[in-house]
Formats: sequence, C-alpha cells, structure tokens
Amino acid sequence: MASIAFTLNGRKVAAEVPGVERLSRMLRESCGSRDVKVGCDAGDCGACTVLVDGAPVCACLTPAATVEGRRVETQTGLVATDQLTRRLADAFLAHGAAQCGICTPGMMVTATALLRGTPTPNERQVMDTLGGVLCRCTGYRKIIDAVVAAGLPIDARTDASGAVGTALPRLDGADKVTGREAFGDDIAPADTLELRVIRSPFARAHFSFGDLDAFVANSPGIATVLTARDVPGRNAFGVIPGFEDQPVFAATEALFRGDAVAAVVGTPSAIAAFDPARFPVTWEELSPALTPAEAKSSGAALLHSNRPGNLMTGGRVFCGDPDAALERADVVVEGRFMTGFVEHAYIEPEAGYAIARDGRVEVHACTQAPVMDQEGLASILGLPKDRVRIVPTAVGGGFGSKLDLSVQPFLAIAALKLGRPVRIAYSRAESMAATTKRHPSEITLRIGATKDGRICGFDFFGTFNTGAYASWGPTVANRVPVHASGPYRIADYRAISEGIYTNNPPAGAFRGFGVPQSAIAQEVLFDELAELLGIDPLDFRLGNALHNGAPTVCGQVFSQGVGIGACLRALEPGWKRERDSARAFNATSIGTKRGVGIAAGWYGCGNTSLPNPSTIKAGIRADGRLFLHQGAMDIGQGANTVIAQIFAEVLGVPVSQLHLVGPDTDVTPDAGKTSASRQTFVSGNAARLAGAALRADILRRANAGGDARLGFGPGYIEVRDTGGIHRLDLTSLIPDEEGYVLKSQETYDPPTRPLDADGQGHPYAQFGYAAHLAVVEVDITLGLVRPLHFVAAHDVGRAINPLLVEGQVHGGIAQGLGMALMEEYIPGRTENLHDYLIPTIGDVPPIETLIVEEPDAHGPYGAKGLGEHVLIPTAPAILNAIRHATGARLRQVPATPDRVLAAIREANA
Amino acid sequence: MTLIRPGTVAEALAALARTPMPLIAGGTDFYPSRQGRPLPDNALDLTGIAGLRGIGHDGDGWRIGAATTWTDIAMADLPPAFDALRAAAREVGSVQIQNAGTIAGNLCNASPAADGVPPLLALDAVVECVSAAGIRRLALADFLLGPRKTALGPAEIVTALLFSDPPATERATFLKLGSRRYLVISIAMVAANVSTDAEGRVQTARIAVGACSPVARRLPAVEAALLGRDLHKGPDSFEITPEMLSPLSPIDDVRAPARYRMEAVNEMIVRALGKIMESPHG
Repeated sequence: MASIAFTLNGRKVAAEVPGVERLSRMLRESCGSRDVKVGCDAGDCGACTVLVDGAPVCACLTPAATVEGRRVETQTGLVATDQLTRRLADAFLAHGAAQCGICTPGMMVTATALLRGTPTPNERQVMDTLGGVLCRCTGYRKIIDAVVAAGLPIDARTDASGAVGTALPRLDGADKVTGREAFGDDIAPADTLELRVIRSPFARAHFSFGDLDAFVANSPGIATVLTARDVPGRNAFGVIPGFEDQPVFAATEALFRGDAVAAVVGTPSAIAAFDPARFPVTWEELSPALTPAEAKSSGAALLHSNRPGNLMTGGRVFCGDPDAALERADVVVEGRFMTGFVEHAYIEPEAGYAIARDGRVEVHACTQAPVMDQEGLASILGLPKDRVRIVPTAVGGGFGSKLDLSVQPFLAIAALKLGRPVRIAYSRAESMAATTKRHPSEITLRIGATKDGRICGFDFFGTFNTGAYASWGPTVANRVPVHASGPYRIADYRAISEGIYTNNPPAGAFRGFGVPQSAIAQEVLFDELAELLGIDPLDFRLGNALHNGAPTVCGQVFSQGVGIGACLRALEPGWKRERDSARAFNATSIGTKRGVGIAAGWYGCGNTSLPNPSTIKAGIRADGRLFLHQGAMDIGQGANTVIAQIFAEVLGVPVSQLHLVGPDTDVTPDAGKTSASRQTFVSGNAARLAGAALRADILRRANAGGDARLGFGPGYIEVRDTGGIHRLDLTSLIPDEEGYVLKSQETYDPPTRPLDADGQGHPYAQFGYAAHLAVVEVDITLGLVRPLHFVAAHDVGRAINPLLVEGQVHGGIAQGLGMALMEEYIPGRTENLHDYLIPTIGDVPPIETLIVEEPDAHGPYGAKGLGEHVLIPTAPAILNAIRHATGARLRQVPATPDRVLAAIREANA
Repeated sequence: MTLIRPGTVAEALAALARTPMPLIAGGTDFYPSRQGRPLPDNALDLTGIAGLRGIGHDGDGWRIGAATTWTDIAMADLPPAFDALRAAAREVGSVQIQNAGTIAGNLCNASPAADGVPPLLALDAVVECVSAAGIRRLALADFLLGPRKTALGPAEIVTALLFSDPPATERATFLKLGSRRYLVISIAMVAANVSTDAEGRVQTARIAVGACSPVARRLPAVEAALLGRDLHKGPDSFEITPEMLSPLSPIDDVRAPARYRMEAVNEMIVRALGKIMESPHG
C-alpha cells in the first residue's frame, strides 16, 4: 500500500492504495467520489473522465499514484466551484442533454476543460473535444447544443410551466448534472464484500468443479463460493411464463460463452487479487450450434430437452390469400435480409448491492422492471414475494436488456447465505458477454404490387436467433408477424416467425423487439417496388398507408388515431428539398454521391394481447405535502417527468407541488415494466386516473364544483370555485398506516383481445407511427457512408413533453444509425467498446424532429408511446438513401465500408 | 505492491535490474490489456523521469522524448514534415487518451494498428534505447518486431525518438480509415512524407501503411516509382500495382476483410499524394 496525497476538488486528501491501483477506483472507493463513473475500464467510453492539473484524462487508465501532489477535479467539485460547469449544468438541463445521466459527468468534466480554454466553442470544437465520451441515450445533438449554449452569454433557462404539452426539463435532472445521481454501483459502502461470477469460456461445455471447500480455505479473504447447489429455490428464471429456462448457475453444462457456473465472494482486496484462471473448474468443450441452421440440422444437440428442433416458439399472422395475390401482382420483388447481434451498450454495466435483514433480502440494482425482478427472485430464493424488496437505483441506460435479471440472483443468494451485504459491478466484457442482445435475423420476403401502386401479396418468413435461453424471444416471435407489414393496408398477408435456440448469448428485448429487423426488409423492398413501378417512393407509401377505418393485417380496425399518413405528409417538403439538393450535388461530385431515403414504421404500445396493468398511487400528508408514488422506471426516457406532468395536470396543481417517491417495491405499487413503449400510455393513464380520483375526493370533501382550483398550504388545501374559497383542514384527518390523510390508487390496463391461430384479433389498444428521411453521402471508392441529415416525423398522439419527445427521437436515430452502419456483436471477438462500435459524437448529424399529434382515444391526453418507434425507420431509411446515392442494394446490416463497396460494385457490374 | 516512480533513467534501470516488472507511461494500453485479471504487484512509472518528456532540436535534428504525450506533439511547433505525425496525434483515441498516452508507449505496445507508427516510419524515426549496457539507436523498423513484440530488452527503456532534419520542402500527410468518426481503431492508415524540387518533381518519398500487416510497413516500390515524378499531373498519372503493395499482408478481422483493406490502401495512397500536392508549397 502507498499513501497518495493530492488535491481533490480543492481539498487536500490522502488515500492508502495498492501500488498499481487505477485512479478511478481510488477516487470511488477511497475518496468517496462516486461521481466518477466506470463504463469500460479501458478508455473506450470516457465516462470516468476527471481533470488532472486541468487536463481531461480517463481515471480508469491513470495510475492512482501518479496524482501525488497534483490537482484532481471531478464533476461534483467542478459544479461546486467552477462557474463554467454551473453554466454547463443549467444548459444540460434546459436542452435535455442528460437522459440517463451516466455519461453526463464525463461529458461535463471534458466540456469544462474545453470552455476554460475556448470560452465560446463552435460545434466542431465541441465534437473534437467530446469525441472520446460515449453516450447511448441522447444521440449527442442536445449535448452539442448545450455546450455551445454554455459558452454564449444568454442563460439557458426555461420557463416551461410543466403543464401537459410544455417542454419541462426533466424533474430528476438536477442530480444527473451535478454528479449526485446514484447508479447501480454507487450505493454500496466501500468495504462491502464483492462478488465475481465464473463464466464459461466456451460456447458449449460440460464442466466439473474441483475441491471448492479447499479453494475457499486456501484463499485468504474469500468468504464463499456459490454454485447451482446454493440456489435455495428454483434454479431457473425467465420473463415469459412457460419459458423460464435460464439457470442462475448452470449445473453441468454451459450453453453459451458467458454462461454463469459459479460465483466467488470475498473482500475487495481478495477479489481484486483473484485470478479466475485459478478457480477449480474443469471444462470439456462440446461442439456448439452457433447458427439457427446448425441448431435446426438433424443431429444437433438440443439446448433444452422440451424444445424439439431447438425451436423456442414461433408466430404467425395470416389474412386474405397471399399466394394468389402474388400470382396476380404486376410486379413482385423479393429479398433475403440478414442482421446480426446488436449490443445495448448502455454506458452503465449491470451493478448492484444486496443486503439481508430481518428474514428479508433487499436488492439495490439498476433495473427496468422492479416487480418482475421481485417475482423472479422470490422464485429463485424460494421465498414469499413480500420477503424480497427491490430498491431500484438510477439506471444508466437500459434499452431492453435491464428488463431481465442479471446481477440480482447472485447478490441475493450471496447476501442470504453469508448474512452480510454483497456488491457486484459487471465488467464491460462481462456485461457484453453475459447479458441479452438484439436477435440476429434471417428474413425472406416477397412483396407484390399492381401497376397502380397497391400492395398485392406479402409473404414473410423470419428466423430469429434467440441464443441459449428464451428471455424475450417469444415476444419477438409474436410481435414481428403483427408488425412486419409496416403501417400499411395489406389485404393478402402471411408472416411467419421462428425463434431458434443456439449456443450464443440470450437474445432478448432491445428497443423494438424484432421490428427494426423486419422493417429493414419491408421498407427496402418497398423502395424497389416503387422504382419498378416508376412511382415516387413517398407517394407509393402514402398510397398504401393505413388510415382510420382500414383493417391492419390482424383485422384490427382503428376508427381514429392512425397517424402514418400525417407522418409521411410531414416529410413531403423535406423530401423534395433534399432530393433536389442531392441531384444538384451529384451533378458535379465524382468521388462522393449523396442520396435521400425514407422509411416508415409503426409499433403497438404495450404487451401483445396480454394483460399489462400499471398502478399509480398518490397521497397527501397532514402537513399538506403531496406525494406521487411513481413506479414507472425512468431509465433516462423521462417517465419521472411525464407521469408527474399528467398527474399534476389532472389534479390541477403545478408539477413543482409534487414530491416524487420512486419504485421501491415496499412503498410504491407496480407500474409494470419499462418496455414496449408503454409507460406514457399505460402508466400515464394510471396517473391520470389516480389524479382524477384524488381530485374528486378533495372536491367532494370541500363540497366544491368540478372547475375548482386547488392550492396547497401547510396543513390545508384551499379550494376555490365560483362559490368561493373552501378550506380543507388536513390536520383534522386521520393518517393511514403510510401517513397519508388523503390517498388515491388507480390501475389502468389497456383494452386488447387475444389473437387467433391466424393472428387475427386486437393485439394493441394503440399504435404509434413514424416516418424518417435520411440524407447520406457515400464515398464511392472507399464505401464510407456519412449521414448528413435526418428529418423524423413522429405521431405521438399528444406530446406531453416535447423536449423529452425530441430526446427519444434523437437517441433512437443514433441507435438506428449504429445498427445500420457499424454495430455487430460477435461473441468472443467484440466484447469491448473498441471492437464493438457505437456512434460517437461525430457520427450523428443534425436531426429535425417533426411532432405529429393525431390524438389517440385511449391515450392520456391523446398520448401514444414513442421510445421504440424511433429506431424502426432509421436503418431502412439509411439503406434506401445509400441505394439512391449509388444504386447499391444492401441486404445485410451493418453496412460497413467493405459491404457498401461490394454492393456498389455489384450494382455497377 | 508498489508503483515505482524513479526520477532518473539511472534509477529506473537500477529498479528494473533488481525486479523485472512492467513499465507504465500513459497507462492507456497498460490497463486495458490487463482486464479481468489481477493487476501486477509492481510496475515502474516512467512519467516522473526528468527530461523524458518534451520536444527539442539539437545540432543534428529533432528529438522527441519517450514520455511526450500525443497532445504535446499535436500542439508542438514542428516543421511541415511532421504534419502526418501531428495529424496522427489528434487521431490517437480521444482527447483523454492523447493527454496521457505517450509516443514511446504507442511503439512499445506494438499494436499493428498503432496510429503513431506509420507517420514515424515515414519520418525515418530512430528509437533511442537505454540499458545498463549503454545507449543503442535502432531504426523504427528494426525496433518493431511483430504484434506486441519489440526489440526492447527486459531491463531497457526507450528514452527518445530521433529524427534527422528533413529537407525544407518535405511535406507529410496522414489518412486514417475507420468505421466511425472518433475513438476508432483503424481499418487502414497511410502516412506519406514527400519532398519535391523547384519543378515539383519528387525528390524523396516515404510511404508507410498501418493496420495492414503485423507491423506497419514502408512501401519501397511505391516510393521508388514516385521519384522524379511530377505529382501536379494528378494522382491518375500514377498507378499502384499489386506488386508495389506486396509488403502488406492484411488479415480479415472484425473491422474489415483483407481484400477490402488492400483496395482501400491503394485509394488512400493516391489520396494522400493528392493531399500533399494541395498543401502549401505543393
């Protein structure tokens, strides 16, 4: 150990650390600076950026001992002392530049260094400086705007009232821009026991353990080893009933590279010194099935004995007579499309902390689904549900993968076994190897059309590689056939999907549940049909677009709220302008060509034909304070703000009146999971009902009219209506067991109906709609594609908060861009953020967001879901733009430079 | 467990003689290469050694200290012949990496895709190494032996990169090809240093390519073909044959297939030469 003396945020400090310790670990664990976030430990993400003598460096790459005698500044210190950082904090809030907030310290610390040397930076300077800090939520444009704005004299303040429809900065934003937000790894005390999972290095292997007791006895500081034998309840979990097929610890055979087989728990120093290569396990590598074709071949070993042919499940939607329609179509196009694994790449790896007390276990971890975690853990632990408490931390990005259990079972089992608190943070490599991915897909599609431009026959077959365990695979298999038509009227339709088990990481939920994959095939072929027919691609889509009263492929008829036509029409001015501009550019440019592409999408909000309730509770204390129990997990998208805006509007109070209570399962009812773009719609409706019920109760007690205005004071509510002022004395009411004198709790469950064997029914109560326009520039000799501009039209029914709508649009486009151009996860080869590439701040061009409001009868204030819709049209719009620019037909994403170049060659051959 | 922080080269060599241990300069490769395993008990930090960081000129040429960071190089006032090196300095990782990562660290890590190597090959850099046996100077091509492999001895450290004075007309350019804008490992890199006579004819040319062979390579046949040529006649006047690229042996990896790399390098060399001609004095 060495004692390091240095200045931390203006204070002289000293810390005892082992010699080669990283600065990030010393700051977080010895100096209490948990505002230094660790995303990769490799300099690939920049989240841990601190200033050493004023210069930004990655704390994860800096030997702690080298800061001896030097000056170190972190986010919290800068916000407290530097006027520039405070300006940045205001600007980040006002622009919505922090969503989940995990990258925000790295962004703001780096930007502070920029502003100190360059007081009024331009966009280019901001990008050049922040190029080393990755963000997965915002799409970066708001970050650029915020940093530029922080350098300008005008204060970045907002006067949004918070009423529904106003661009209120996120209510939970202050902690995110000051470094106070606590994520999964920011909760546990520094000396907590740590856990390390032992994982299979092979895609498929038998294994056996050596003498584990001897290993523990001979390893100082190691408290215990956990294996399948230590799972007190059912050693299986999953998210879909009937598909709980993933063990906490594999018992004898590991089914993918990264499958957990054991865990080691010990003191921080013992875990730091622990070399996994010394763990007593013997592997016998077995021949894996890595592709669906291999898994389906006769003789392939079954991953799960109850799933013949390694078929997890399938889905089907059928209407009309697709074969006859294709026969009589004037033109038919077809294609085979491929997509690979896509990694969620949130900057916060899974992390948490568990503590056992009073016969219960509490798990503090990042999650998208607290009550599902609680139910899953209860089953694994063999405990009643009320003995498991989930206290979600802030979530540093989720995008679907944090719907599944990850760290929670290990932590809970260890804490209960040892009676001591235990923590873990996955390494980046572990997070990438072990947690879910977007399903790779192989899609064959034939689409016919008549000369007048009407779709005439649609035949889709999609194989989805679901990896070793089911996770959300059944959801993908069900959703895709419902959505593969796109938002179009198609009378003769067949869409079949199958999910195949392979020896790969489990593919699960990822923004769009398979629909982004199917949209690529459908929207790319739509462009080819339009070209064959000589019809403008936008007109072709408008001619086939769904409208009120037209049945979907499931036979569902919406009499209102179908907004795809409005989205496509919103693109018309940009479409003409950008196509003209590209034509003019291409007339003189030789080495680079520009192209403009469009694509549309739709997405049903909430579970597919399944119950999907959310419950929201609110209460008023005798002192007049008003509490909203907001159980809809905010993973950066803004549920804390949107749900509060809806509730406040209905109750008739300013948002600032509310005290938010988070989704702790002991105190807040289940608002369902944050997935399927359901929170604004479903939990928003629950909030609307809860607000209305509370208001009705107050008005009844005050004997006031429906248009009364409420004012909250200490111990009373003042109710004004035409009859005068009524004062409701809260101190005279009897508090309930929660301390509330007035309370409401309401549940909303969207009306759906089951699908029959042909997929006919009412899968969703509402759909949201989207259409994107992408402008790209292609370097035709190197195959490099550079997006120049996006126009994104989104029908959100009603924008409860336009600032957050734009945030979702920007972030979704950035992820769609990544999927289109650079992202492909290959197990064992891209388990880090330098081989697996996500867009940087220099890769996302300006985005014009067009908010379309076609109100939905079921949505709160007409609102529809949005989160997943955005990702769906982006990739096909880019592919269509590449084709427009060069003629290249890409059938596989990512469209890496080599694939683009090959496709250009093929087109010119 | 200690991070040893010597103040002089002599102290560093003495410490290494007592205990062999890994060397750390910027740490930007040291930590990433040790993920998932325990950190070593001991390591030797080179950043406290006086005189190891900085850029200077003596009677014979330029000297860049081993622990000079990429930011130092990007900001330095150097002749145009160093433009490729300075451009590469701005492409090494990110601002954070450039503030910590050092020029000698980039060489000692010996990645086939090291951003610094092609410009240093094109500058004919010499590596100065010091051990108990004394000082030795190696051409960079002799120092880099293969992926993660150098000629550095177990108790030897790199102290500087040395450069003889380039001709006044020498200009340089650096092109990096990757799948995203920032923080990207190259698919391929080209560095070119070219000097011309009063008529614009090539007098000297050094072309180096990175990420297309186990160690970045010069392309002598391309260089020879350029001599005496008037580059103002445009890149089309110059054909690069497959034989000229024979020192390259790219592999298929997650970034690109080998075949694409060869095609891209060909195009990038042409572009690099075009860019040199566009530069001032060109």
